[in-house]
Amino acid sequence: MGIRERLLRERKAIQALQDGYVIKVKDLTKKFGDFTAVDHISFEVKKGEIFGFLGANGAGKTTAIRMLCGLHRPTSGSGMVAGFDIATQQEDIKRHIGYMSQKFALYNDLKVWENIRLFAGIYGMSDSAIAKKTDQMLDRLGFMAEKNTMVGELPLGWKQKLAFSVAIFHEPEIVFLDEPTGGVDPLTRRQFWELIYEAVSRGITVFVTTHYMDEAEYCNRVSMMVDGRIEMLDTPKNLRTHFGVETMEEVFTLVAQRATRSDD
Amino acid sequence: METSVVASLVSKSFGHGNHRVQALDGVSLRIGRGELFGIIGPDGSGKTTLFRILASLMLPDKGRAYIEDFDTVSQYRDIRKIIGYMPGRFSLYQDLSVEENLKFFATLFGSDIEKSYPNIRPIYRYLEPFKTRKAGKLSGGMKQKLALCCALIHNPKVLLLDEPTTGVDPVSRLEFWEMLDLLKAQGITVIASTPYMNEAMRCQRLCFLQNGKVVGCDTPENIRKAFPFKVFSVKSADKFRLLGDLRNFPACHACYPFGAYHHFYYKEGTIRMEELESYLASLQHEEIKIKESEPTIEDCFMELMSQGGEHGN
Amino acid sequence: MKQFFAFVEKEFYHIFRDKATMLIILLMPVVQVLIFGFAITTDIQNTEVAVVDLSNTPDSRGLIDKIDAGTYFHVTERLASSAQLEKLFKKGDIKIGLIIPPDFSDDMAAGQKTKVQLVTDASNPNEASIVNGYLQNIIGAYSLNRYPGDAPVVGTTVETRMLYSPQLKSAYTFVPGVIGLVLMLICTLMTSVSIVRERELGTMEALLVAPSKPIYIIFAKTVPYFAVSIFNLLVIILLSIFAFDVPIRGSFLMFFLASITYIFTSLCLGIFISTVSKTQQIAMIISLMGLMLPTVLLSGLMFPIESMPAVLQGLSYLLPARWFIEMGRIIMIKGLGFGYIWMQWTILMGMAILFLGLSVRGFKVRLT
Repeated sequence: MGIRERLLRERKAIQALQDGYVIKVKDLTKKFGDFTAVDHISFEVKKGEIFGFLGANGAGKTTAIRMLCGLHRPTSGSGMVAGFDIATQQEDIKRHIGYMSQKFALYNDLKVWENIRLFAGIYGMSDSAIAKKTDQMLDRLGFMAEKNTMVGELPLGWKQKLAFSVAIFHEPEIVFLDEPTGGVDPLTRRQFWELIYEAVSRGITVFVTTHYMDEAEYCNRVSMMVDGRIEMLDTPKNLRTHFGVETMEEVFTLVAQRATRSDD
Repeated sequence: METSVVASLVSKSFGHGNHRVQALDGVSLRIGRGELFGIIGPDGSGKTTLFRILASLMLPDKGRAYIEDFDTVSQYRDIRKIIGYMPGRFSLYQDLSVEENLKFFATLFGSDIEKSYPNIRPIYRYLEPFKTRKAGKLSGGMKQKLALCCALIHNPKVLLLDEPTTGVDPVSRLEFWEMLDLLKAQGITVIASTPYMNEAMRCQRLCFLQNGKVVGCDTPENIRKAFPFKVFSVKSADKFRLLGDLRNFPACHACYPFGAYHHFYYKEGTIRMEELESYLASLQHEEIKIKESEPTIEDCFMELMSQGGEHGN
Repeated sequence: MKQFFAFVEKEFYHIFRDKATMLIILLMPVVQVLIFGFAITTDIQNTEVAVVDLSNTPDSRGLIDKIDAGTYFHVTERLASSAQLEKLFKKGDIKIGLIIPPDFSDDMAAGQKTKVQLVTDASNPNEASIVNGYLQNIIGAYSLNRYPGDAPVVGTTVETRMLYSPQLKSAYTFVPGVIGLVLMLICTLMTSVSIVRERELGTMEALLVAPSKPIYIIFAKTVPYFAVSIFNLLVIILLSIFAFDVPIRGSFLMFFLASITYIFTSLCLGIFISTVSKTQQIAMIISLMGLMLPTVLLSGLMFPIESMPAVLQGLSYLLPARWFIEMGRIIMIKGLGFGYIWMQWTILMGMAILFLGLSVRGFKVRLT
């Protein structure tokens, strides 16, 4: 890529952010050998939005998220996240986003405050800022008594709430949540979503995947991936109306049946 | 109905001293042959421990458990021949192909794939196109189907499934539970736990576990009937603000988001729909919509959990 | 029995599909033999020698040719005076110098003791004394050959270490040691990790809940490693014979029997470690720190056991490798039979049975 094209891309990325988009991707594609995991997806996410990213297992969600987070280089297509180009400015992207997945969130063998200090430190926050904010955060979560507890000893639901708070600790433009509530009980899931709403009210954009279809309803807009493509994208209400059904569960089932690639 | 699985005052704790955790505390259950029985409860409520004790993989501190009249402690060898068990974590060999995994587990039970084929046919047909693929390379839904196949290969009398659908997409989950219905129809006793309440609805009976205790055990219908509140489904343009405002309303017992609507619990006769509507209108809510709803299993679950008080600790 | 073969088949899949580990297992013995054979060996090869031949007779030239002919030394400089030799030493160009006096030939012919002077760079005393010893040997042999019946020109000192190694080759002694080390690594480390791994991955849960016999699970784990070990054993033996000219003086069959016994003991030890370890890491640490290190240091592989303090000698009794290395040396180098190794063999078998018994008793049919 020439320096000219690079500058052009980066200028476009900044422009998109100024226009109020935190994510803007066009024809984003990722191939592994002759297998196309993500196939020309295009969409935008507006600032302050909760964007639901749905799809069956193996539809290509994880690969897409990895490209958005700067972990995979796209095979083709362009895009920007948080004002940075995803092909050329991966390191800048990583500094301006938060990420949390169900599989790994925090270190079980570190204490609560040690985890916070570690991750905040990775994002370059100063010790005094970390100390001050840690207490604020734990206080708000009602976890003050657990400050010195090993994370491994916390129940899963607490861990996930804590992990989310850590993921947005450095006030990122956008936070990516990959199945944050998988296997979590209904009450804790709702407490988790209230944390999400609170983060959004502070101006953080949320990009979330989930297998709970009631959670899809909590999103402002929902996209659904089938076989590496985005098959539909709209507000939950419009989608339900469009398919003439009552719940997002039914919408999902109808759309997922279009899949031809039954696995991987 | 004949009895298939019994747990009688089963208790189990882990750890020492200050870190001692009571995982199960006097759990008693009686499950009939051919029943599809659901176990639900928050994380850390003891579901996995209960499954392991029933599967004879763990010894209870107190109490007894029986599967088809075999004692889980002294007759564990007999039990292991007649149960199929799917642990919460994927427990097949990732570096073996679908077919090799099946073959291995068939041989373990002194059988082979051909002989066991009728047991697994309805599920295996989904897997057949990928039979040479390594198990580690399957998607979540396929892994679960393979694990179910392996658990069924010896035609077990009792199937123990510890959160078999966690992390699986809605369509694959639906398929999975349709398979369980088939198995139930064959007379197999199925005990399954799940964090998805719409799946729990498919069980004939449900048991709520909290802090290691059974806090309720009944048919989904009876559980819903026993719900002590009336429910309004409420929505407006600003969902997050609506939640706070509804909770501030004096007659509100509790309020939780349920998809597009919030569920508002109140004691019968304490409030009329119009009062709530004008209250919300006075707070400048737009596109207000209120309707009366029947409580769902999820409503009951959350009410039971919040009664338990010390949730999550 | 069919169940057992199903287990074994599965284990072979695990091993052969883990390409990286497989490669390491197969290459490790080759690399180790080469390292011990070439790098750590105390043999000398092509050491450069400077000669000051003040005699310049057929006798003295013959000696120089003799020194140059072997693979140990290479005569690079022929100098006219000892002053020149001194210069070379100062520059560090040369490790050893030989000064043949003017009356060398006359003394020899007269049957008198001749005097040659060896000058060595003793900044590395160990190396210097070895080089010195080799050269003395050659000179001694030369004079014996040339004038048989005469007393050696120079007193030969042969270290006791070289007693069974008349060509002064240390390769002989390291081969049983390397076999001991490699087999310990494969049998003990790999086996111990592989059982714990199943527990960590959660697959043990599926095995336990099926009517599988613990003894099958355990034994099946050892079969592939047993096969790989035999293969490695053969590779090491062939490499020793063809690359280092190590002969097996005793019975090959006897040596094979001793090795198989040692493999068996190591496997049982691996299984035992896996039953007492909670995680793969712990199994790895026990195997590496608790076994590898003592095996390298205390088993007689690197340092003679006789010269260790009593405490360490006592510790070395606990190491299977110690007994195997003893057996190996007795058979390979001394060429003696079973009558001389029965004690070591019995100790190894006893260890194996002990470990196996403890493992079967300690194998948990439930999760903890």
